[in-house]
Amino acid sequence: MSLTDVSAGYGDRVALEHVTVSVARGSLLAVVGPNGAGKSTLLKLMAGLVEPWSGRVEILGGPPGREARRVAYVPQAELVDWGFPVTVEDVVMMGRFPRLGPVRRPGREDRRAVVEALAQVDMDHHLGTQIGRLSGGQRRRVFLARALAAEPDLFLLDEPVTGIDPTTQELLMDLLEAQARRNRTVVATTHDLAAAAQRFEQVLAINRTVVAYGPAGMLLDADVLAKAYGGHLLVLPGGAAILDDAHHHDDAAPGERHFHDRDAH
Amino acid sequence: MDLILEPLGSPIIVRALLASAMVGIVCAVVGTYVVLRGIAFIGDAIAHAGFPGVVVAFMLGWPLYVGAAIAAVGTALSIGVVTRRAGIRQDTAIGVLFAGTFAFGVFLFSTIQGYVADLFSFLFGNVLAIGPQDLVALLVLGGGVVLTVAILWKELLYATFDPLGAAASGIPVERLEYLFLTLVALTIVVSLQAVGIILVVAMLVTPAATAQLLAVRFTRLMLIAAMVGVSSAVVGLYLSYWFDVASGATIVLVQTILFAVALVAGPRGLLGRRATRAAAATGAAEAAR
Repeated sequence: MSLTDVSAGYGDRVALEHVTVSVARGSLLAVVGPNGAGKSTLLKLMAGLVEPWSGRVEILGGPPGREARRVAYVPQAELVDWGFPVTVEDVVMMGRFPRLGPVRRPGREDRRAVVEALAQVDMDHHLGTQIGRLSGGQRRRVFLARALAAEPDLFLLDEPVTGIDPTTQELLMDLLEAQARRNRTVVATTHDLAAAAQRFEQVLAINRTVVAYGPAGMLLDADVLAKAYGGHLLVLPGGAAILDDAHHHDDAAPGERHFHDRDAH
Repeated sequence: MDLILEPLGSPIIVRALLASAMVGIVCAVVGTYVVLRGIAFIGDAIAHAGFPGVVVAFMLGWPLYVGAAIAAVGTALSIGVVTRRAGIRQDTAIGVLFAGTFAFGVFLFSTIQGYVADLFSFLFGNVLAIGPQDLVALLVLGGGVVLTVAILWKELLYATFDPLGAAASGIPVERLEYLFLTLVALTIVVSLQAVGIILVVAMLVTPAATAQLLAVRFTRLMLIAAMVGVSSAVVGLYLSYWFDVASGATIVLVQTILFAVALVAGPRGLLGRRATRAAAATGAAEAAR
C-alpha cells in the first residue's frame, strides 16, 4: 500500500498535503497526530472514500476501491446511528454482505462466520441485542467483529480504542496483533499515544503532512512529539511530556451525519 | 357483515381496495428506508415536484402518471446531485427546489380553463377514480419497486446504516443513493391518485415511524410497517365509503391514529418507556441491596 505526494481536503479546505507513505503487508500501524491533523482523511483516502486532489494512492496493488472486498473500514463511533434498528448479529452480518452480492441471502456459513467473529471479541452472548443498548467498549467490539467477519486483507480503523475501558482495549489490540501476524495489514488512527507506543509496531505521526514515520518506539522521542503536536505539548525536564489533546473527531466531511449518544431506547 | 361485503359488489370499490393495499405496501417498504435515513422532507419535496409534471401532461393530453413520473424522478435525481455536490445546506436546497417546482405547477394550473377535476384528484387523492388501466399500471410499477428492494435490501440496509463502511467494502453507495431516490419518486407516483401530492409523505413516513416504535430489528420493522400500511389503507377506505368522506385523508388519519397509539402504549412509547425505567429502577434498587 502506498501514497505518493498525495494532497486532499473537503471543499476548499486542505486536510493533507504532500503525503508520501508506503505500508508493508502485515504492518500494525498507528496513525497519530493532533485534532485536525488529517488522520481520518488519511484513512478515508486509503479506503477510497475520499478522492485525492493530487498524487497517487495504491491499495492492495491497485487504485483504491478495486480490491474493496478485501478492505474492512470501521468509522468513528460518532458516525454511527446507535438508535438504528439492528442487532449485534445484524451489524456483524453486514461484514458478509459485499461477498454475498445482491439477491443472495446469508447462509449457514455466513452465520457461522458471524458467531465466530463475535466469539473472538467475546460478544457472542449478545447476538440479539439492539446496538444502542451496548456500552461504548461493547460497541467497538461489535464493529471490530464486523471487520473480522469480512475476512479482509486490510483493516482501516478510525479511533478503535478511543474512550473505551482498558480490558476492551487490551482485547482489541491482541486481536489486531494476531491479524498482523497472519500477514493482514492493520492501520488505526488513535489519540492514545501510550497505546500507539506500546501496542503498535509502527507509528505514522502526521500534522497535515508526514511528521515522522518509523518504529513505535520513536514516540518516546520528545522532538518527534513536539513536531507532531506543536503547542499542545509541554515537555518537562527529565523527559516527561504532557499532551493537551482531548479527543474530538476531526475532518468531518460535508454532509456527514454525527450521532452523539441520543436516547436510543 | 354486510357493511364489509356490500361495497365489494362494486368494481370501483374493489379496484380502490386493491390500489390502496398496494400503495400501503409499497409506501411502507420504501418508507422504512426513508425514515431510517431521515429524509422525510425529500419525500415531501419529490411529491410536490410531481405536480407541474401532472399539469403539463394534462395540457399535452398525456397520461398524467407519465408526467408525474418524469417530474418526480427528475427532481429526485437532481436532489441527489445537489446533496452530493452543492455548497449550500441540503435542506435549504430542497426547500427552494420544492417550493419553486410546486409554484410552477400551480402557475400552470391557473392558466387552464374549465373542468380540472382530474388534477384535483392528484392534489388530494381520489382512490375511487382509479380505472382498470390505472390499476394495472399501479400494480406493475409498485410491484417493480418492491421487487427492486427485495433484490437489494441488504445493500440498501448497509448503505443506510454505515455509508462509509459499506462504500469502503465495495458496495456502490453513490449509485444506490440515486437508485433509492428514484424508487422514492416512483413510490410517490404510484400513490398519487390514491392519497394525493399533499398527503403522500404521510403514507411514506407514518407506517415506518409507527413500526419504529414497536420493533428493534430491521426486517420486523419493515414487516410491521407494511401491515400498518395495508390495514390502514383498507380500514380508511371503508370508513370513507361508509361516511362518504375523502378517502386519502381518511387513510392518513387512520395511520396517524395508529402512530399515536404506538407512541403512547408501545414498548418504546411514552408509557412503555416509563414502565422500562420503573423496572430498571427496581432492578437497580434490588441489585444495590
